[in-house]
Amino acid sequence: MKSQLRDRGDVRIVELSGKITIGSGDVKIRELIDESLAAGKKNIVLDLAGVSTIDSSGIGEMVACYTTVTKKGGHLKLLRLSPKINDILQVTQLITVFDVFDDEAEAVRSFG
Amino acid sequence: MLASRFENIEVAERALHDLCATAGCDGDQLYWVVTALREAMANAVRHGNRLQPERKVHVDLSVDPGAVTIRIDDEGEGFDPSRIPDPTQPENLLRPSGRGIFYMQQFMNHVQFSRAPGGGTSVLMVKNLQPTTRSADDEEPTSRSR
Repeated sequence: MKSQLRDRGDVRIVELSGKITIGSGDVKIRELIDESLAAGKKNIVLDLAGVSTIDSSGIGEMVACYTTVTKKGGHLKLLRLSPKINDILQVTQLITVFDVFDDEAEAVRSFG
Repeated sequence: MLASRFENIEVAERALHDLCATAGCDGDQLYWVVTALREAMANAVRHGNRLQPERKVHVDLSVDPGAVTIRIDDEGEGFDPSRIPDPTQPENLLRPSGRGIFYMQQFMNHVQFSRAPGGGTSVLMVKNLQPTTRSADDEEPTSRSR
């Protein structure tokens, strides 16, 4: 998995690409979120447009990060899901947990 | 037969890709079958064999024009899949784990757990292949017949 961090105002954009799977990408997500929180960035957007594959470990890590960010008083939102990743979130009802956006500017504005 | 390392999930995936290519299984069908294989392999490596490389994961893949059949055996202590809580229940939505078997059951037509010959867990999964492959992204796994 590859990643890139950038900020739009107070919002941290975390761009992910490649595979988010057990033993590699799943751990990396946690590190990226911890790094963002340590930098004082509590409003975070995960841009998943470049993610080709995600497994239950990757999904589980996203859920864990959602919980961590929420407990810190922040928000974790998802941007640009592929149809496959959307399906994976749908079947486990997680689509009801995450705020999901197709447009980055709209996602950033949603933090208010 | 593969050592219990996460890297070997990629080895099994490549083998499945190669086999499926010969049977016309591609696009959406291949994507979801590979997803199920990865979940079964991950369970065998992490939960079954507890990441002990000397314990092996036995992988049996077969593809014919009508179906893909996958059998994964581990050398662990075995487990009762009925004890895994339903990850879609509201009280379980924020659990960080417990979705792998659910995904396998969603994406394959048949998933059966049994005791492996050595005492570990054996999972048999079958995906019935559609006669025509639809274009990517237009098929909802939730709406498939099982």
